[in-house]
Amino acid sequence: MSTQATLPHRTLTHLQRLEAESIHVMREAVAESERPVMLYSVGKDSSVMLHLARKAFHPSPPPFPLLHVDTTWKFRQMYEFRDKTAVELGLELLVHQNPECLELGINPFTHGSAVHTDMWKTQGLKQALDKWGFDLAFGGARRDEEKSRAKERIFSVRSAQHRWDPKQQRPELWRTYNVRHSQGENIRVFPLSNWTELDVWQYVYLEEIPIVPLYFGAPRPVVERDGTLIMVDDERMPLFPGEEPELRSVRFRTLGCYPLSGAVESTADTLPAVIREMLLTTTSERQGRVIDHDSTGSMEKKKQEGYF
Amino acid sequence: MAASDLIAEDVEGYLEAHQHKTMLRFITCGSVDDGKSTLIGRLLYESHLVFEDHLAALEEDSRKVGTQGGELDFALLVDGLAAEREQGITIDVAYRFFATEKRKFIVADTPGHEQYTRNMVTGASTAEVAVILIDARRGVLTQTRRHSYLVSLLGIRKVVVAVNKLDLVDYSHEVFDTIETEYRAFAEQIGLTDVVCIPVSALRGDNITEPSPHTPWYHGPTLIGYLETVQVAAPAQDGPFRLPVQWVNRPSHDFRGFSGLIVGGRVRVGDRVRVVPSGQQSTVSRIVTMDGDLDEAVAEQSVTITLTDEIDVSRGDVLCAAASPAGAADQFEGHVVWMAEHEMLPGRPYLLKLGTGTVAASVSRPKYRVDVNTLEHASATTLALNEIGVCNLSLDRPVAFDPYADNRDMGGFVLIDRLTNATVGAGMLHFALRRSQNIHWQALTVDKEAHAALKGHRPCVVWFTGLSGAGKSAIADMVDKRLHALGVHTTLLDGDNVRHGLNRDLGFTEADRVENIRRVAEVAKLMVDAGLVVLVSFISPFRAERLMARTLVDEGEFCEVFVDTPLAIAEQRDVKGLYGKARRGELVNFTGVDSPYEPPEDPELRLDTTTSTPEQSAQRVVDALRQMGVLP
Repeated sequence: MSTQATLPHRTLTHLQRLEAESIHVMREAVAESERPVMLYSVGKDSSVMLHLARKAFHPSPPPFPLLHVDTTWKFRQMYEFRDKTAVELGLELLVHQNPECLELGINPFTHGSAVHTDMWKTQGLKQALDKWGFDLAFGGARRDEEKSRAKERIFSVRSAQHRWDPKQQRPELWRTYNVRHSQGENIRVFPLSNWTELDVWQYVYLEEIPIVPLYFGAPRPVVERDGTLIMVDDERMPLFPGEEPELRSVRFRTLGCYPLSGAVESTADTLPAVIREMLLTTTSERQGRVIDHDSTGSMEKKKQEGYF
Repeated sequence: MAASDLIAEDVEGYLEAHQHKTMLRFITCGSVDDGKSTLIGRLLYESHLVFEDHLAALEEDSRKVGTQGGELDFALLVDGLAAEREQGITIDVAYRFFATEKRKFIVADTPGHEQYTRNMVTGASTAEVAVILIDARRGVLTQTRRHSYLVSLLGIRKVVVAVNKLDLVDYSHEVFDTIETEYRAFAEQIGLTDVVCIPVSALRGDNITEPSPHTPWYHGPTLIGYLETVQVAAPAQDGPFRLPVQWVNRPSHDFRGFSGLIVGGRVRVGDRVRVVPSGQQSTVSRIVTMDGDLDEAVAEQSVTITLTDEIDVSRGDVLCAAASPAGAADQFEGHVVWMAEHEMLPGRPYLLKLGTGTVAASVSRPKYRVDVNTLEHASATTLALNEIGVCNLSLDRPVAFDPYADNRDMGGFVLIDRLTNATVGAGMLHFALRRSQNIHWQALTVDKEAHAALKGHRPCVVWFTGLSGAGKSAIADMVDKRLHALGVHTTLLDGDNVRHGLNRDLGFTEADRVENIRRVAEVAKLMVDAGLVVLVSFISPFRAERLMARTLVDEGEFCEVFVDTPLAIAEQRDVKGLYGKARRGELVNFTGVDSPYEPPEDPELRLDTTTSTPEQSAQRVVDALRQMGVLP
């Protein structure tokens, strides 16, 4: 068809192709929405997503604000990292804390992880999207995280009530995404859909993307409960009689609310060392998340209710 | 050295090796009975992607609901949503990931059942290779042909046939040979020539990663061996340069870049490019990325390009190699795959998204429908869910395109419902119709303005919509008399009358109703061009078609009049005795009885016939036309 056929082919690596796909997804989303926002959870996936957003719109800054749906129970280092990142990159950071939760003092100890997560995160997210009138929100979820996510679209339509209806999801062909939505409906977009946990780590390593120090092993005060190591990050953590936090070298594979994030014992204090442990480990990433243990299909239920 | 040893001893060396991995996307076709889920579960298992906690859950699930008599049931690893697990079938497209030393793989897992053509087409659209499963005990089946046809239709050229469950036929060479011969003969008929057949047992792991000792007669690659080495990326780079513009990047006055993903060929600084459809040309001055400017970029890269000239480029345009640009046209022939519960309505305006551009488009009646089981062509008036046909498409403005066979991204499109925004269909362009290229708009000397000046009033479509028996025709007739008395040039198009002539070939199915309105709207438009006030009295039950009629004429030339009579009252009047017939079941597809009426949301005028007389209603219409400036 063209004389160029004689030129040698350039081989793109899997990470280069994933990066190009994510950038394409973000540009489509921004071009076809009124008021986009990026959900920023301060974890490594958020860091990668933000890095990709900077690439997608360079030399312009990403044309949307960051939104952190806060629970007041995140690790202190996460708050520091969040604020520093927004300032350094010159991005608008919006923080929403469910006022009802603040008033009632919802916390994982007295109300349990299910109520805590639902009220702060699920309800909080809906409130925040409604409050600022966002019609499209980027999220860092990946298809490899959980079985029910394997079928999630890259562009996922939510009703005005923020519900996810598996029957209403649109077929996604080629790279031709249907981003249209009616007044009131919103679209969740997952640019990292096709990335795996290893891809994310490898990309963090290659691109030298800053991440929260909690991912690296360091001596931290922890208590062991039901076989899970919980870090005592502030004085709000109620201790049982006789329970004494002890300093152990630990790190976190996923980050969330500190009382709900299980630590693993580790001295891995460099990225290659963390990746080495990740590759040699025999349990999946989500196992450290307390909310997933409830029942089979629990993530699916949460998704229908509006959790990311 | 084994991977795990390398990781343990030299993780940086491991990372260095793995960052150069390539990627392959493939689709698996077959049903649960063929062991498809088992095969995918096996691939995940063999690449050590099944963690201990997953494995523990798998063991428990295998005991509870497994089909392997307590042995590990790999299928349970990949069966997704809870609702589907209960039904025992997968009903959507799931994407799985695994990696070997050489490649990362993305697997589109789709169910093989007949009713799910939609899902297979979706999964195949992004796949570079197809793995077709055949149960060795059952051989080439109807579903094998169906899957192969869809694979070929979606432009996948590399096919690997996994003849599975070979352990259940004692690893018989003869069984394998017979299946291979039969499949190859069929594949050639539908244009699949690059076919590799592999004897496997997903359950036992034969010829998955290691050559099986049970098939000494087989000398080809293992399944993983094939997937790791098959070459697919090259053709995209060989084609002419194509970059559909997604976003115009303007951080400041002195930078204007065009962002997009390259879907064909390669581009270098200094290359001449042509913007399609506008046809303007310029030269590439920079290829910008956050990691620094590039000298050259190739297909599959996302970049931002700046040009040496200040020319008009916006989202939906395609930057092309100047020497071999994409075509531009507004009428096409193509395959359409229907994906919605509600049948396709020929003539109804849908939105068509091709690349980054979205335009209004209508689809003709299918030239024929393809029976995906027999590949025979059948006549059809519409397409139902999961049906495939060849149709003409008519767009409201030209778009850049290449035939789908040359470039998937430039020739693949989706159809979107304008009211619900659902994706209702997808298609593949074959070629532009010559009539669109060779028929040009004739510039007319005596135009609408000239007609209006002569007649002393402006033209307009007055569109009466409402249930049968609402009183549309009576009011329209009275309006006509009054306008005539005022010296206005009018004509009245009445639903019943037009059906005796122009539309006598149409019935009352939804598809025919859409066509009925399309023709009348076009006639009304011609009469507006002639300077007339056109009174249209049609039930016109669907919003989409009334919207289409409105968009055919200029702003201020359309007055929608909703003759609002409650169903009970219209039925009570039943001037023509039609409601009675419909209720007795002697008349089908009757609006209000067994066919829906979608009332206007924002009409220019709403006439309540229960509170005003036809005379009063007619006067309100005349007043409205005066207010709109149609009458002086």
